[in-house]
Amino acid sequence: MRELPAAAWVFVGGVVALAAGLVATVPLTDLDWTTLAVLAVLFLVCDSRPAQLTVERARVSLGFAASLAGVVMLGPGGAALLGLSAVVTGQRMFAPVKRLFNAAQFALGGYAAGRVFDALGGPRFHPNEAAWVEHVIGPFLAAAVTFVLVNLALTGGVLVLSRQATLGGMAAQSGQLVLGCLGYSMFGLLIAGLWPGIRAFAAVLVLLPLFIARWALEQAHDQQRSHAATLASLCQAVETKDYYTRGHSERVSRGSVMIARQIGMRPARVEAIRYAGMLHDVGKLGVPTTVLQKDGPMTEQEFAAIQLHPMRGLEIVREIGFLDEALAGIMHHHEKMNGRGYPMGLAGDEIPEFARVISVADAFDAMTSTRSYRAARGIDEAVAELRRCAGDHFDPVIVDAFLTALEREGWEPPGPVAAPGDAAQTTAQDHDDPTAPLRVTRDGAAR
Amino acid sequence: MSAGAGYRRPGWQTLDSGQALLIAVSGLIVLVAVTQVFAVHLVQPDIAVFFGVLIALGELFRMVMPGNREVAPVATAGALGYALLAGVGPRPDAPQGGGVLDVVPATHSSFQVIAVAATGMIVGTLPHIAVGRSPRPDAMARRLVTVAIVAVAFRPVVRMRPDWLPLLAVMGAVVVCACFLDVLVAAVIRAESVRFGIAVRDEIRAKLALCAATSATAMLIAVATTELGPAALLVFTAPILVTQFAFRRYAGIRATYLQTVRALSRVTEVGGYVETGHSRRVSRLAVSMGRELGMSEEELLELEYAALMHDIGQLALGDPIPGGATVLASPVEQRRIAELGAEVIKQTGVLDRVADIVRLSSHPYRTAHGDAAPPDAEPPPPLAGRIIKVANAYDDLVGDSGDRDRGAAVLERLRLDSAAEYDPAVVEALARVVDRRPRH
Repeated sequence: MRELPAAAWVFVGGVVALAAGLVATVPLTDLDWTTLAVLAVLFLVCDSRPAQLTVERARVSLGFAASLAGVVMLGPGGAALLGLSAVVTGQRMFAPVKRLFNAAQFALGGYAAGRVFDALGGPRFHPNEAAWVEHVIGPFLAAAVTFVLVNLALTGGVLVLSRQATLGGMAAQSGQLVLGCLGYSMFGLLIAGLWPGIRAFAAVLVLLPLFIARWALEQAHDQQRSHAATLASLCQAVETKDYYTRGHSERVSRGSVMIARQIGMRPARVEAIRYAGMLHDVGKLGVPTTVLQKDGPMTEQEFAAIQLHPMRGLEIVREIGFLDEALAGIMHHHEKMNGRGYPMGLAGDEIPEFARVISVADAFDAMTSTRSYRAARGIDEAVAELRRCAGDHFDPVIVDAFLTALEREGWEPPGPVAAPGDAAQTTAQDHDDPTAPLRVTRDGAAR
Repeated sequence: MSAGAGYRRPGWQTLDSGQALLIAVSGLIVLVAVTQVFAVHLVQPDIAVFFGVLIALGELFRMVMPGNREVAPVATAGALGYALLAGVGPRPDAPQGGGVLDVVPATHSSFQVIAVAATGMIVGTLPHIAVGRSPRPDAMARRLVTVAIVAVAFRPVVRMRPDWLPLLAVMGAVVVCACFLDVLVAAVIRAESVRFGIAVRDEIRAKLALCAATSATAMLIAVATTELGPAALLVFTAPILVTQFAFRRYAGIRATYLQTVRALSRVTEVGGYVETGHSRRVSRLAVSMGRELGMSEEELLELEYAALMHDIGQLALGDPIPGGATVLASPVEQRRIAELGAEVIKQTGVLDRVADIVRLSSHPYRTAHGDAAPPDAEPPPPLAGRIIKVANAYDDLVGDSGDRDRGAAVLERLRLDSAAEYDPAVVEALARVVDRRPRH
């Protein structure tokens, strides 16, 4: 907090001074103090446990509902006072400056929203009248948008000025944030509409389901994390068979996600490809260890066993319903653009997009990892190799996307591995490595 | 979650007597209600249609929660809201800021509530049938009976036209009772396969949060429609929609998780470490035995995970054990496999208890018999571990053969080893489970 730039200090000071000035001018005579007190308590209860959005660091609290209810019931002055109660928020925010600023921005937002609601004629209607909801919904929406925008602009402003965020980054994240805040604000209308009849009990009825929903979402989030962790450990367990490929699945998954983001896949598909990358070699378990560890040329039969591993992988994961498109990626990740790959010999666009993505990440990681028969290649060397194989082996579009993402995000190749003492646990040839094709003898069985 | 979910029969074939009784009762209630409503005609038909549509939509978006429980929170909240409705909006001639409960009263009878709810549920079920999902008459009947009881209890209260405060109090009491009733009915039905006390505990655990949300929304809908008129209805279902979304997501992820573990437990089979279908057969057997021994749903889930993954440690072995039967391996080796497996599972960072079960599942059950046990003996492994040990041994020796004589012989062998190697109570549970299975 100490090393805040001067501009940020000025900004914070200005906002706080403006809020203080506004609150000082609020006429205190015809304010409904009991409603204000109840709403303030409600606001603090809601604000103490904000919900985490998928966007990092951005949180939305149900306090927005209480604030907007205050806008409708108390008018601009009351809403500003209500915002001030954020000074004693239960959120873990220790610096007094932060608390003060937070309260000031809520006060300003409440005041602005109240003015908008007044200007559009919201207070002319009373909840006991017929068709109150229909009359008030327009002004209320405008007030909610105002409140959210003021809130975002002021907090965004301080984050940008204190260099904790960039303008571009804020813009990219604000979409979800605005929607979340607006959604929560809308519940303020429900509370305000029922307040004359059943008072604060309205808030209980509205907010209880929402708190339960949030609890359920947290549970879902936990389960999601456990799921991902379990999947990762099981993949690791599969890798224990081969000393040198440890971490391979994890890295291929990361590389595939980099490419997927670069070519603009939807978030749901990015998630799917994350799992596909993780699971792409699971079928290697079906290949006998003796074949995987064979040093020297393979017979056609042994090569056929290796070629089968994508199918074996598919066999294992086929029943995992959510994988869906990822299944095609797992099955075809060894196809080549020229049609010489396996298991089906698909060519060009026939190869599913997921498979084209995974095959690039797969080959790149294989090249930049140490193998028993060679040391790890440098990133530059691997990039050159990808470029060389683009068009023939890999999809050039995907390779370009990967190289762009690589430049931006970088790549952490696995650390150098000391040769394991147990020689039985290593492969002598890597089927993923495009620079060292598997050696297959054309013995008697071949025609 | 049920182990037998692999081969599900059509809804009507799986009904047992409790479910059949429930469906018959609800059918009778609906019949009486519809007849009565036809006789006296629908009162305030526009409101009835509003709520009917809401209930139908709610049925359309019903979902299945963990434990194969079908719920329809929006439909239930709508139907309960209709049952709790005191008025249908402000009087057109009312003065501004008029007095408490100065509204057009809702005059529908409890019969009308039941008829509207039943109609909405049936209409909302039709699309499900159209796309080939067979409805679950028992779940629908349970929802309907709950609504019927709330309606019968609450409609007379409305007719007395009380003030808001007592009205809210009665509403609250009624919906809480409805929740417990729902739990009890569900538990009675479930208790045909598990003990009643455990069934009640499982139901409460599984349903409490959703029940609270549904009840609160039902009251919200009732109060809002009374105060603001039916137009408010749609706005005020928003909280339950959010809740429904959250729970649907939770249920989806739970199901996916189980699917993933089930699928990945097969890596040992594909790798040739165990016989085909071994993990799945052991887990199915173990869950049946756990249920027989009165484990709760949460424990059963852990048991299932542990049973599915109990052989995962074999992946670390250089060469598969011949035939994959761990029961034929030396005790030292068995322990090593279990330790390795537990290590893998522990790495997830979230399945520590499952890892413990797997680790201890190789330990013999040796301590608890009589005075002969040395004072410093290890405590026996947890029940789940003992179950997996028995189930694994049985499957290793019997495999997927359906030969009953072979099964009986293996059981006899396990009995001989019991008390030293296996927990006798668990072996008896296995005997009961095996005995119940259909002949091949």
